[in-house]
Amino acid sequence: MTWVDVCGYQNLLPERGVCALVGDRQVALFRTHDGSVHALGNLDPFSGAYVLSRGIVGTRKGEPTVASPLHKQVFSLVTGHCLDEPDIAVPVYHVRLDGDLVQVAVSV
Amino acid sequence: MKKIVVAGFGPAAHRLVEALLQRGFDGRVTVIGEEPRPAYDRVALTSYLSGVSAEDLAYPVPSGAVTRLNSRVTGIDRQARVVTVEGGEPEPYDVLVLATGSAPFVPPVPGAGHAFVYRTIDDLDAIRLAAKEAADGVVVGGGLLGLEAADALRSLGLRTHIVEMSPWLMPRQVDEGGGSVLRSHIERLGLSVHAGSGVQEIVTDDRGRVAGLRTPGGTLIEAQVVVFSAGIRPRDELARACGLEVGERGGVVVDPGMRTSDPSIYAIGECALAGGMVYGLVGPCFTMAEVAADRIMGGDGTFDGADLSTRLKLLGVEVAQFGAMTGALDVTYMDPVAGVYKKLFISDDARTLLGGICVGDAAPYTSLRSFVGKPLPAPPSDLLFTGGGANLDLPDDAQVCSCNNVSAGEVRAAVTDRGCADVPALKACTRAGTTCGSCVPMLKQLLEKSGVEVSKNLCEHFAHSRAELFDIVRVRGITTFSELIAQHGQGRGCDICKPAVASILASLHNGHVLDGERAALQDTNDHFLANIQKNGTYSVVPRIPGGEITPDKLIVIGEVARDFGLYTKITGGQRIDLLGARVEQLPEIWRRLVEAGFESGHAYGKALRTVKSCVGSTWCRYGVQDSVGLAIALELRYRGLRSPHKLKSAVSGCARECAEARSKDFGIIATEQGWNLYVGGNGGFKPRHADLLAGDLTTDELIRTIDRFLMFYIRTADRLQRTSAWLESLDGGLGYLRSVIVDDALGICADLDAHMERHVATYVDEWRATLDDPDKLSRFVSFVNAPGVPDPSIVFAAERGQIKPVVTR
Ligand code: SRM
Ligand SMILES: Cc1cc2nc3c(=O)[nH]c(=O)nc-3n(C[C@H](O)[C@H](O)[C@H](O)COP(=O)(O)OP(=O)(O)OC[C@H]3O[C@@H](n4cnc5c(N)ncnc54)[C@H](O)[C@@H]3O)c2cc1C
Ligand code: SF4
Ligand code: FES
Repeated sequence: MTWVDVCGYQNLLPERGVCALVGDRQVALFRTHDGSVHALGNLDPFSGAYVLSRGIVGTRKGEPTVASPLHKQVFSLVTGHCLDEPDIAVPVYHVRLDGDLVQVAVSV
Repeated sequence: MKKIVVAGFGPAAHRLVEALLQRGFDGRVTVIGEEPRPAYDRVALTSYLSGVSAEDLAYPVPSGAVTRLNSRVTGIDRQARVVTVEGGEPEPYDVLVLATGSAPFVPPVPGAGHAFVYRTIDDLDAIRLAAKEAADGVVVGGGLLGLEAADALRSLGLRTHIVEMSPWLMPRQVDEGGGSVLRSHIERLGLSVHAGSGVQEIVTDDRGRVAGLRTPGGTLIEAQVVVFSAGIRPRDELARACGLEVGERGGVVVDPGMRTSDPSIYAIGECALAGGMVYGLVGPCFTMAEVAADRIMGGDGTFDGADLSTRLKLLGVEVAQFGAMTGALDVTYMDPVAGVYKKLFISDDARTLLGGICVGDAAPYTSLRSFVGKPLPAPPSDLLFTGGGANLDLPDDAQVCSCNNVSAGEVRAAVTDRGCADVPALKACTRAGTTCGSCVPMLKQLLEKSGVEVSKNLCEHFAHSRAELFDIVRVRGITTFSELIAQHGQGRGCDICKPAVASILASLHNGHVLDGERAALQDTNDHFLANIQKNGTYSVVPRIPGGEITPDKLIVIGEVARDFGLYTKITGGQRIDLLGARVEQLPEIWRRLVEAGFESGHAYGKALRTVKSCVGSTWCRYGVQDSVGLAIALELRYRGLRSPHKLKSAVSGCARECAEARSKDFGIIATEQGWNLYVGGNGGFKPRHADLLAGDLTTDELIRTIDRFLMFYIRTADRLQRTSAWLESLDGGLGYLRSVIVDDALGICADLDAHMERHVATYVDEWRATLDDPDKLSRFVSFVNAPGVPDPSIVFAAERGQIKPVVTR
């Protein structure tokens, strides 16, 4: 597993996402209220647009989530599963902090 | 096979056919109606003038019946059992049902032929046409229907008079005390009341056009439109001509099984004289139809009279009467200042409720109507003075919906046994509430009392409605989402509550939508101050107040669009949309636009969108006021105002209405004297014409009224509830709204005014402020680790010389 530096932790605002380009993959990074960082694929499987990083971050029954900004389907930040349509999921990527640096690992 | 013929196709005929088919009738039913359309909801007739279409009013045509429209029955041959039809084939019958309804009574005075009546859709079309050329109208008859007609004339923009023979209005429903309170309400609405008067003649000018109405006292009331609404006469002419028994004062005599003096002919609805009475309300007409259907199918149902309780649902004045209008004892509550008059009639032993009259506050009607003939549920003074009547437990046999004869027990059963959990479900299940709607508050009460949670919760994070949250934020002075959810919610929010709270905070504190934590609450549109499109690009809509724009500014828009390769389109809101911008391009695009003097158009926000205008008096040969000037002033005043849903407006320079103001949340139409203000209009999914809130306002009065309208809406509406739905959900409707923002009934107007002043004073252009703030700008990047690299997934093709998105999936 190769860790790639993507940005400083301060680039992540609480309860908001950004998108990172890792190789040719678009990775959506989210910082939740408790300070932890999650990484999902940026492609919204419902619309075909690369926009998940721009959704609203929140919780559903305690589970951290993001809602697609296009048609509001909600995805778990932990499992990548769509909570409205459980058959659909987006990839979840490994993410960690190295000091102040956010690092992502995408297996090829 | 049995052949049933129904003469007349109104509500009673419709219900009869439905009831027959429901009971499994398998013969042939032919309905012959003189109007050009199938039966429609006559009770809701007036809504036709405010834009409800004939199709919306129509009852569904039962599929098992043959209908002959535009066909008048001209005679009945009882020996041969055949009816003759004007200009068509005669129709043989085994059973004939007369459902010919009634006709408005037109007194035989000179000139009466020039007057209108108020009964059918065609009548309303004729009145509407005549009103276009008229300034004043007069309605003869101050009863229930007369007042409804008067309100209709007023809504058509006429100065309206009401002429009533009796010394007070609605003499059949209210007593003298109630009548005087009612009169003051009606006069306050700008209608002139001539009680204790009458009609001598309808006066015409030398060209044969109506000029006015002369009273027996010799006074001339000038008017170009005269409407008679002075009672109804049963249409019993067919019955008379074929020798059926009719009443002395009209009406086809029927037995309790709705049978006439000829056993193969029934009569139902307003043409029937049942138990010596002609019933002018739709509820009893429906019951008669059910009884006749039952009898035809061999049953033994009977019609034993009906409740004549009424409630006036118009003019913003609550008037109601139930049960008897006299009694051994009576208790009266009168507050002339508030315009409230309530009276209960009780038996001589002071135990049994006999009836009541309410003006200005119909709460007792809702709560007490079902107790008529039953022991008083509380001391009469409590019932009248404290309004404590609202919380009574209704006995099961109490009638809740008189239009459809539904009891409290049936409603309760629908809730417990059939799982009805809200008013629409109850309507579908029991029919209660589907006709005049006055029993809907009682349905809500029954639902609540049956323990059904009618949840108003915003979402799983807040057990509050938007309006409640608004009050919490306002009263507690809360300024952040985190504070609010920690103290009054749970979890960390979602895409429903976060934007809603963001909007509340913006409405209350103004400030930039991207300040601090608030940025995280915004939907992507507010977050990037642009509208997301299907391929993840955004659109740019600069404000073009009133739709007015200089050639220089047009050129700038053209240059920006060309330089950034954007798709360009004129919107439906009189401005220009530039589409296809990538996130990282937005600041550069806006820098150019802001430099040229443009501002955010808030196309992305739940906020004021556009105030459209017509060219108005400056150019148009018909214009009576400067509609462009007003539209610009309004758009600049309310720009940036965050609200529960988007707000749209328009100003037309005259009644030709080229700006389509009546389809807007608030629309203004110029008059010779000033401005008419209409509110609650909507295009979109469920179109609704706006209602006239106030007429002939000066510009200052207009602005003050709109200020209050908007602020009251912002404080009390649900999330994503447009003003049209909000207005319809307000208990008391337009009348209540008027009392709050015109008469200051809640004493909050000063507060509303101050709140709007604060908004106006603190407005700043969101885009300019963003461009000036490196922190806010930092979010406009494609990739956090490659800020300048365009998203490679965004691809365009060409069409008609411009770009279009290609989405590969
Ligand atoms: C651009 C425009 C269409 C056009 O090319 O003409 C448009 C575009 C959109 N409309 Fe609209 N509407 C546009 C005029 C209208 C009008 C006409 C008008 O305003 O005079 C209406 C009917 C009038 C009304 O609102 O009552 C209209 C009724 C709607 C509705 C239905 C609202 C309703 O109450 O039923 C929606 C959906 C909603 O808001 O929930 C909607 C939603 C939208 C959204 C925001 C949908 C979305 O979320 O993507 C569209 C994106 C706008 C954008 O710029 O990307 N749009 N939309 C028009 C922008 C006008 C402007 O200058 O701001
Ligand atoms: C403006 C208005 C508001 C009202 N508001 C209320 C209210 O709030 N609450 C309430 O309870 N009631 C209200 N009513 C009364 C209610 O509409 C009537 O009670 C109801 O329409 C009676 O139904 P019906 O079928 O008996 O008669 P109608 O509705 O009069 O229908 C009879 C039909 O038969 C047709 N017809 C007559 N003669 C012939 C013939 N010879 N051949 C063929 N067709 C013929 C007529 O053209 C008509 O279409 C209101 C009425 C009006 C006009
Ligand atoms: S609404 Fe009247 S003033 Fe405005 S453009 Fe149309 S006709 Fe002219
Ligand atoms: S009382 Fe008229 S609909 Fe129920």
